[in-house]
Amino acid sequence: MTKAMTASLALLASALLAPQALAQDTIKVGAILAVTGPASFLGSPEAKTLEMMVADINAKGGIGGKKVVLIIKDSGASSEKAISFAKQLIEEEKVLAIIGPSTSGETMAIKALAEESKTPLLSCAAAEVIVNPVASYVFKTPQKDSQAVIRIFQQMKKMGITKIGVLSSNTGFGKAGKDQIEKLAAEHGIQIVVSEVYDSKATDLTAEVTKIKAANVQAIVNWSIEPAQAIVIKNARQLGLTIPIFQSHGFGNIGYVKAAGVAAEGVIFPAGRLLIAEELPASNPQKKVLVSYKNEYETKYKEDVSTFGGHAYDAMLLFTEAVKKGGNDRAKVRAELEGLKGVVGTAGIFNMSPTDHNGLGLEAFEMLTVKDGRFVPLAQ
Amino acid sequence: MPRLGPMRPALLRQVAIFVAVFVTMELLAVAGEKSFLLTQVTMSAYYTLVVLGLSLLMGYAGQISLGQAGFFAVGGYTSALLTTWDLSAQRSVGWVAGAARVGLLITRTDAFGAQVLTVHPWPALVCALVLTMTVAFVVGIPVLKLKGHYLAMATLGLGTIVYSIAVGTARLGAADGISGVPPFPFLPGIGVGGSTGARIVNYYVACGILAAVMLLLQNLVHSRVGRALRAIHGAEDAASAMGVDTPYFKVRTFVLGAALAGLAGVLLTHFNGAIGPSEASIMKSVKYLAIVAVGGMGSLWGTLAASMVLNFLSLRGYFGTLDDAVFGAILIVVMLFAPQGILAIDLRRALRLLRPVRGAPVDPR
Amino acid sequence: MSLAFFIQYLVAGITYGTIYAVVGMGFNIIYNTTGIINFAQGEFVMLGGMVAVSLHPHLPLPAAIAGAVLVTMAVGALIELIFIHWLSKPTVLRMIIVTIGISILIREAALLVWGHDVRVLPYFTGNEISSISLGGALISPQVIWAVAVCAVMVMLTTAFFQWTMLGRQMRACASNRVGAAVCGLPIRNLVTLSFALSAGMGALAGCVVCPITYTQYGMGTGLAIKGFTVAILGGLGNSLGAVAAGLLLGIVESFTVSALPAAYKDTVSIAILLGVLFLRPSGLFGAGAATRA
Repeated sequence: MTKAMTASLALLASALLAPQALAQDTIKVGAILAVTGPASFLGSPEAKTLEMMVADINAKGGIGGKKVVLIIKDSGASSEKAISFAKQLIEEEKVLAIIGPSTSGETMAIKALAEESKTPLLSCAAAEVIVNPVASYVFKTPQKDSQAVIRIFQQMKKMGITKIGVLSSNTGFGKAGKDQIEKLAAEHGIQIVVSEVYDSKATDLTAEVTKIKAANVQAIVNWSIEPAQAIVIKNARQLGLTIPIFQSHGFGNIGYVKAAGVAAEGVIFPAGRLLIAEELPASNPQKKVLVSYKNEYETKYKEDVSTFGGHAYDAMLLFTEAVKKGGNDRAKVRAELEGLKGVVGTAGIFNMSPTDHNGLGLEAFEMLTVKDGRFVPLAQ
Repeated sequence: MPRLGPMRPALLRQVAIFVAVFVTMELLAVAGEKSFLLTQVTMSAYYTLVVLGLSLLMGYAGQISLGQAGFFAVGGYTSALLTTWDLSAQRSVGWVAGAARVGLLITRTDAFGAQVLTVHPWPALVCALVLTMTVAFVVGIPVLKLKGHYLAMATLGLGTIVYSIAVGTARLGAADGISGVPPFPFLPGIGVGGSTGARIVNYYVACGILAAVMLLLQNLVHSRVGRALRAIHGAEDAASAMGVDTPYFKVRTFVLGAALAGLAGVLLTHFNGAIGPSEASIMKSVKYLAIVAVGGMGSLWGTLAASMVLNFLSLRGYFGTLDDAVFGAILIVVMLFAPQGILAIDLRRALRLLRPVRGAPVDPR
Repeated sequence: MSLAFFIQYLVAGITYGTIYAVVGMGFNIIYNTTGIINFAQGEFVMLGGMVAVSLHPHLPLPAAIAGAVLVTMAVGALIELIFIHWLSKPTVLRMIIVTIGISILIREAALLVWGHDVRVLPYFTGNEISSISLGGALISPQVIWAVAVCAVMVMLTTAFFQWTMLGRQMRACASNRVGAAVCGLPIRNLVTLSFALSAGMGALAGCVVCPITYTQYGMGTGLAIKGFTVAILGGLGNSLGAVAAGLLLGIVESFTVSALPAAYKDTVSIAILLGVLFLRPSGLFGAGAATRA
């Protein structure tokens, strides 16, 4: 027993006595991201994007002459780790702001913590509840689910679709989308005939899609951010369904198109313009930012860019703009964040306000489709 | 409830060392202006409760369980659900009004300033523990008849069911979990919660609970019950032939382990203010297993030390993105080289193997 | 429910079931030789798919699959040699824990090598939208490939263990290790061989299933759980039992989806597993005592 206690005391003492990094004239920003684990397709591009941006910023001399120090913590999409890291970043590292977390569950777990400790939180997660009700220190960069749903419903109206079947995955993103679809359907003249939740780790979804087929709907809405959404698309076409398939903005990863192969042709979904950066007209205000991010990311990491990494880009961008004006002070940065207008990011053009801590509107979305295995704008 | 054995002087000495170590850590932390470290120590202390239960089950009763995280989740989610479920809309319904009058339900302000009517944390704790122990009892009876792979699979299945219920039920927050859980009013003026000001108080509450549980388990282990468990572990059929009521003891240990995990779940959920389905995941159960393996199955102090260290490092992100890989490696290394636990390695004997050999060569096999 | 839809759900169930069965069978070779359930079997399935996808740009598909199987067999043998070979008395408890640890390490290594992206193999015949009509229901040709591979695997393994000398030697190892050694059997080599064969089977399963689903570094765990649910349901060591149990489970899951909210599909299948373990642990088609340690 004495051995055990001595061993643990020694280890903990070494942690306690380890010298703390001197808080020099640097700007510390923390990031809690799901780099590994079940949400790694979110956290991994987000982490890479942040590292890339911080390297660029520091190469140009930092913000206001001060170097930026980025501390990334891998939460593996678990909320207890997110809480532990949040406390660590806020109290120990004394970061100026926290970017992330990657998932809605983790963000909700630390929302109250960020607010209480008066630390600005720029979440890369999509759920509406993150900014509704508004907490003064909490912001999010992904577009609003409700607006993605509205764009889908608007497109359906144009196509004369009124009866739909909904498939959503059993994750936070899927549930949030399902909630919005159910909430907004009636006022847009859409009737949900059948709604099913499928396992994000499923290997095949023929039975679930068969249930949709049996309901005789005019279109399918498949709301998910995980790879399993590609299986739904394949199964639907294999079952002989030729009706339009609508996806969420969680489809914004060319890897999913490759996974669905030929079946993905003609899928319609709202997304940020990052995916069609090259096709944008030169007059588009976002084109410059998008093309430069896309080229830099793809050259440096040799993998396709995705809208998920773009949310981290936007968070860092907003942070940088706020710090330029507010300096190394949490309260001032928060105030500046709230007042940012016209910031051109990857997901859209941000216009923050005290009641809108997301800052993106319907125009942030572009309706896209898949043609010949590539993302192209949907012909209107 | 097993009869408590007499307090032995050795036990008192252990308690004294325990108290001294933890008080020293706290004083050091505050003196070095690193009191924020106490947060992770507090969380580790609660996770240690889970692992102690598993250590008892594996070391003394010889039963593997890959579902310990499931019991943690049952306890934590029950308490979280009851203390955040707003019953204001049902205020006029008979039993709701009655419960409110008696004090089982309380009105409080939630994190966003709204008035909510929720269950008081104490009755929620009782419900959580009762539910956890009932599930353990009901499932334990058939499950503990199995051995080896089948037992492992059954406990794995149990953990998976809890996980899939947590993720699949909208009322439990589905994949997002439940947040906004209020602090737990442990004693008047002392609450188990995450606010910075209460950090030192929370640290001592956690250590106090841990000490109490250690005392209870040490007494258990050195009593008739403990001897019965060791007999079962050593040779189950022989023990049964000697008149030890094997199934009774196995189920009791299983339920005790589940109760400890459930208690830890409740307290940690209130400390964190939130719980997510990741607490019920298989990987969590595997990590608990790894910690018991390192500490030595059945060695309560070893398990405590291993748990405090490993959980502390993991919660601080010390292993970075390799967190899972580290626990996987631990499992392999410990099981292959030190199945009795790392702390059981007798260094002197090990070093003797390195001495040059004299005399006739010995067949290495 | 109309007949066409009934058949469609049945077909969906066969799709699910074949995926589970083909993974579940991989457990039986190692089990039949050592009595261990290898919790890392799911990672062999994942490796098969991943390696095949990596080889495919350079080789025609059949060669890529063959290459993947060989590479995974080598990995399986290597794992046995490094971690298990020199253990003199592996108890069940130790082996369960060791193989869990091995599966975690393989998964993390795969993440390091291939990243988190999903990958797919092309369909063996047809493509993502082609389907064959079967009595009013539609089925993808890849599922028929999976069923065929499954059938071939069952026939080969059963024949191997029943009628070949090597197979009988491996069975002898499992039933009485010391006795087998006394008879002069090279136990350690047989165990290594069993790991290699199991890995190869897993890899083949991974390749044939990959076009239907996809492959990703974390695929192994979920597949492994379903796989040994099916192996236990069918009776450990019984390949035909595993296939039958797999198909049964898949069909039950499919009809569960048709009747209940799809979200509870997994809960139902685990509940079935627990039910079988409680009532008839030797499996639906097994004969041995499930209380063997």
